[in-house]
Amino acid sequence: MTTAIRVGWRASVGLTGDVLAALSVPLAFPLLVAMYYGESPLPFLAAIAVSLALGAAFRSVRDPTANLGPREAFLAVAMIWFLVAAVGAIPFVVAGVGTVAHPVNAMFESMSGLTTTGATVLVDFSVHSRSVLMWRQVIQWLGGLGILILATAVLSELGVGGAQLMETESQTQDVNKLTPKISRTAQLIWGIYVGLTALAVVVYFGLGLAVDPQMDLYNAVAHAFTSVATAGFSPEPLSVGAFHPLIQWAVVPFMVIGSTSFVLIYFAINGEPMRLLKNEEFHFYLGAMGTLASIVALGLFLDPNVTFGVEGTIRHAVFNVASIVTTTGYASTDYVLWAPAAKHMLFMGMFIGGMVGSTTCSIKSLRWLVALKSFRRNLFTAIHPEAVRPVRISGKPVDEAAIRDIYAYLLLSIVIFFLLAVVIVVDAERADLQVTEFEALGAAATTFLNIGPAFGDAGPYGTFASFSMSTRAVMVVLMWIGRIEIIPVLVLFTRAFWTS
Amino acid sequence: MHVVIIGAGEVGTSIAASLASDHEVVVVDVDPDRAEQLKYELDVLTIAGDGTTSEIQTAADVGRADMVIACTDNDQTNLVACGTAKTLGEGFTIARVKSTDFLRTWEGNEGAFGVDFMVCTDLLTAENIVRVIGLPAAIDVDPFASGLVQMAEFEIAEGSPVAGQTVSEADRFESLTFVGLFRDGEMTIPRGDTGIAVGDRAVVIGSPESVQSFATDVAPETTPDRADEIVVVGGSEIGYQTARLLEERDFKPRLIERDADRARWLAENLPKTVVMEHDATDTEFLSREHVDDADILVTALRSDEKNLLVSVLAKRLGVDRVIAVVDSPDYVTVFEEIGIDIAINPRTVTAEEITRFTYESVAENIAVLENDQAEVLELELTEGCGLTGRPISEIVAESDARFVIGAITRNHKLVTPRGDTVLQAGDHVILLAESDAIGKITSMA
Repeated sequence: MTTAIRVGWRASVGLTGDVLAALSVPLAFPLLVAMYYGESPLPFLAAIAVSLALGAAFRSVRDPTANLGPREAFLAVAMIWFLVAAVGAIPFVVAGVGTVAHPVNAMFESMSGLTTTGATVLVDFSVHSRSVLMWRQVIQWLGGLGILILATAVLSELGVGGAQLMETESQTQDVNKLTPKISRTAQLIWGIYVGLTALAVVVYFGLGLAVDPQMDLYNAVAHAFTSVATAGFSPEPLSVGAFHPLIQWAVVPFMVIGSTSFVLIYFAINGEPMRLLKNEEFHFYLGAMGTLASIVALGLFLDPNVTFGVEGTIRHAVFNVASIVTTTGYASTDYVLWAPAAKHMLFMGMFIGGMVGSTTCSIKSLRWLVALKSFRRNLFTAIHPEAVRPVRISGKPVDEAAIRDIYAYLLLSIVIFFLLAVVIVVDAERADLQVTEFEALGAAATTFLNIGPAFGDAGPYGTFASFSMSTRAVMVVLMWIGRIEIIPVLVLFTRAFWTS
Repeated sequence: MHVVIIGAGEVGTSIAASLASDHEVVVVDVDPDRAEQLKYELDVLTIAGDGTTSEIQTAADVGRADMVIACTDNDQTNLVACGTAKTLGEGFTIARVKSTDFLRTWEGNEGAFGVDFMVCTDLLTAENIVRVIGLPAAIDVDPFASGLVQMAEFEIAEGSPVAGQTVSEADRFESLTFVGLFRDGEMTIPRGDTGIAVGDRAVVIGSPESVQSFATDVAPETTPDRADEIVVVGGSEIGYQTARLLEERDFKPRLIERDADRARWLAENLPKTVVMEHDATDTEFLSREHVDDADILVTALRSDEKNLLVSVLAKRLGVDRVIAVVDSPDYVTVFEEIGIDIAINPRTVTAEEITRFTYESVAENIAVLENDQAEVLELELTEGCGLTGRPISEIVAESDARFVIGAITRNHKLVTPRGDTVLQAGDHVILLAESDAIGKITSMA
């Protein structure tokens, strides 16, 4: 018996082809950088050729009659995020220097970039050309843009980027109501994103001129690409720690804004700042970040081995907590050297995440807020079983089905995180590597939740090259699954998706 | 006045009865038997037929009518009847509705549906219930401007915290105005430094919330406060509106509704109310939830039998005050005889409201105080009348009539009058005036 495939896969493949072909445009940017610095243009020419060829091939199978429904969209999203990462890995392989010359490492670096994770396998930054290092930044910027468009404008019923929760967000009631047309909404969001990135370039470069020659135009552009995208790659081995304290302070607001709902930012720009300022998720997100930063700062003050001075201690606490909670992954100092209490606070911060409808990764503040409120409701109904108590966010009741989805998502995330941690420990033992349980937990959280650096050898000034190749391959898959929020990938493995 | 009443149910009959002696009343009802019967009960002309059609309305001489009151049990019928009446003549149309949605639409665009005044039965009943709950200390309470404004009269009892204060000390609420003070039967217009003594009667006008707060100041013992337990049984429209109005007055009521979907809807729309989904006739549930400790219980279920049962249960459990909504006017006395504190009949409330409205005057709404010494009236200001375009202080200085403007509503929003407030056409002004001055004031409006 043969069962017909009920997915219009040709439509998904066609859409993927469009995106792959379009990828040749951003690939031209590092090409220009290579030409400017007199470096080899070959890595990018090769990648452009592959993107155009694959794009054309994929587009040729498009069936113009096939509709792009939710199923086709799930398939397309999964394919796009995987194949763009694969094409993005080509320059690293063709350049052929350092650890990323190996295809699995190149794929890790590229996937870590596209998913705005920021975990790196680079060991020695000085061997790489400026253009290849810039490509890492560009692909993160693209990853941030991709998730924003997906979360705020296109295909919001897929729930990628917490989009299905955006209706739950008070006052933003219906995301698509931003404008009646999806393409127009996408344009608005893209405009804000580009504008914020440009602002970051100006601020970084201006501060560089004023206080730190290290922050030249190259570094200003490179860091602007990865701050609003909450992505975290840096061409500097010391990350943002390489720059003047003033510049480190200047990076913090861009990370925080990148993790704030772009829909609410849109309203704030258009004269309705109260929608943002009175949003409960925003309060929760800032509150969580502030609380963690205070605790970490306190821990650092009490730690006799830490000698940053008052400003330095506060700066490192705020910067690194913001970097972790917004899921950026920059570092201003090597926090691996901190006392366990402060490190564990950062570990806890990995699970929070920014706001729904932003470039942030991880679990996201709204899910925690709804879960906590619904738990508090359960405490009340334990005493008054007949009480009917809707969970409210910013005064607006949350649909019960959405609450069940959030519980399921939380549980699924925690289970996958633990499984990944176990895989890392087991595989490390097989490969005879020294990985402690905390380091394994940190590495699992940081890759699956798309944050960036972990602890131990994989710390902010370390590298993921210290894990075994097989562990890195598993991490590639989990970064991919984590970024597009599990469901679009998992449904592909159900029979019902394909046949019923 | 030639008045046409469409619908000869409880409401229509009651209005007809109170108007029949002074006015020329025509009653239209779709049921010929009912029309025939009414002809012998009251001194009115009756017509049997569909009151929404121009044929029947022409027969009732709507074209010449000063007032058309559509008060059948069906909202749409009443709205269409008013619309039809507007095509035939200039008469003032009054529609009775149950749905608050129609009321909101009409409030947003006065004159919508061809209705000049709309009475929402359920909301009106809820307002009544909340008044009874919230202001037991008041001697007299009257709503103005469709419930946006309240006038209340309080007697300052021995031991009241307000006794001994000056008016400006007592009137510490933004949207409240102290309009009159009666001492030994003599009215004075209070100034800021007028002292308040035990035995005085104070008249205030303001938003229902501020009147409620003032009542707490005047009589903290008898006025319920936030700590008081109020339970509403039944999530009918009346139950919902009651809880909503209680929330507005800072109470945190509990509401018991049996239907799961309705309970969810109520919980979503009443953020400060604890909604419970259960059958309120379950005594085990009532005692588990300590409903017996409640200070006030309102029954607003859909059937009189259920309301009776729950009211009696609540009284037996020991609830202090039980207020029951009674759908059939005949049962009101029955309820009160068996010990229910207050029984409120939505139809009676509606009929009273509409009758109040039919007083022949520019004043839309009046309340008479202290043996006719003074009146509180609501005036709608017309373009170019003597009160618009000037600050209130100027009007008061020029006029020799004694009156105080207590509240203004503009586009269904309350405006607190100050000396420099300038009145506009379309404003509703609620003022207290000495009876002798009424004529002068209405001639200015």
